[in-house]
Amino acid sequence: MKPPDFAYHDPRTTADVIGLLSTLENAKLLAGGQSLMPMLNMRFVLPDHVIDLNRVEGLSYINERGDTLEIGAMTRQRDIEFSEVAKKKCPLMHEAISHVGHRQTRNRGTLGGSLCHLDPSAELVSVAAALDAKVSVAGKNGTRSIDFAAFPAAYMTPAIEFDEMLTAVSFPCWPARHGYAFIEFARRHGDFAIVSAAALLEEDANGKVTRASVTLGGMGPAPVRAREVERALIGEKIEEKRLTDICETLRSLDAVDDIHAPASYRQQLAAVLPRRALLKAHRRLTGGAQ
Amino acid sequence: MSETRKIAIAVNGRIYEETVPVRVTLADFLRHQLKLTGTHLGCEHGVCGACTVLFDGRSARSCLMLAVQADGHEILTIEGIAPDDTTLHPLQEAFRDNHGLQCGFCTPGILTTLLEFLRDNPNPTEEDVRIAISGNLCRCTGYQNIVAAALDAAARLRTQTAQSGS
Repeated sequence: MKPPDFAYHDPRTTADVIGLLSTLENAKLLAGGQSLMPMLNMRFVLPDHVIDLNRVEGLSYINERGDTLEIGAMTRQRDIEFSEVAKKKCPLMHEAISHVGHRQTRNRGTLGGSLCHLDPSAELVSVAAALDAKVSVAGKNGTRSIDFAAFPAAYMTPAIEFDEMLTAVSFPCWPARHGYAFIEFARRHGDFAIVSAAALLEEDANGKVTRASVTLGGMGPAPVRAREVERALIGEKIEEKRLTDICETLRSLDAVDDIHAPASYRQQLAAVLPRRALLKAHRRLTGGAQ
Repeated sequence: MSETRKIAIAVNGRIYEETVPVRVTLADFLRHQLKLTGTHLGCEHGVCGACTVLFDGRSARSCLMLAVQADGHEILTIEGIAPDDTTLHPLQEAFRDNHGLQCGFCTPGILTTLLEFLRDNPNPTEEDVRIAISGNLCRCTGYQNIVAAALDAAARLRTQTAQSGS
């Protein structure tokens, strides 16, 4: 339970990080360390080089730019949790982050680290999927932007090259008047979610849904956007019986089967949690009125 | 041979200049090199919370950090929370008076966690306390007396603040 031997680098600029990534073999980026450090301690990873991002300048910020929120890759989860602007512009993210590990891990854990680690049940990964985030990735030839839908390449593998690093994430925010909810089922508070559901809603003056986003986490390697449910909700009034029918279709989603829960259990949660999340989002949108 | 680095780190208000192998965790550095064995190691992968210290005033798991990362930073361990050698911190007094510990292995991590939590949330509910210590495992107490001690400590600290403020 001790990290293996490695060479340690603590660059000060993004350009230096890219330089190191381009020249070193078998290098790992160390962000908040809340996933990489356990993996090093357990020797699940054996890097020859660890490139520590904690002293790189300019990667920790939360900026409001019109109707998007841009957050630097090394911004601590805690700083997002306590950011007034993040809470105002992206209340879904604020709600989700309280489920991310514990205070001690959120104090160190970063947004970029969470997205690149890409744990199947990670809350911030689901939030990025729910909000159609764009990920900025820096490499030798400059910076490129990736739609979050294309970011997960495989199980715990982001679609970025070995000589690239994630530098920022841009979250398109919903209008001030929208409903949101992030709920999850875990055995204990702070544990990995077995399944999570994120819901975002906009409704017209007659209470009919004009826009919806429904995301399930924990079902497979990456979050699943329930596009058919989102389409089916358009023009509907949020009402429990109708929601139950619409969300029932999610039971047929593929789900992983592991020591935490069988696939059928996740499928049951997939049918139930989005309904609850949508109802909660609707109650918030309408100020508690049903 | 392992790469080493020279680091300067403030632990409990005292500056240490030490040479450390880069792969050594902050927890092992505190325990083996500085001989501050109050920080305990349970799981060594960030689950049990026993190794929690304050890193620049924020609670963090010292098994999930490298000692080199603490270069230039301030660490507070359990050894540093009492005001002097003969006086306990109100949090420690509350744990003693409420039987908030049995074997004591998890206690350093719980106290450092609560130190930050009560600083930021001086008037918590029982549920707040339970969430705050949800990242700390205790296999003796069943948590009941830990929660009682934390709430008692919050009251003692409020009284202390009110007295020092008046």
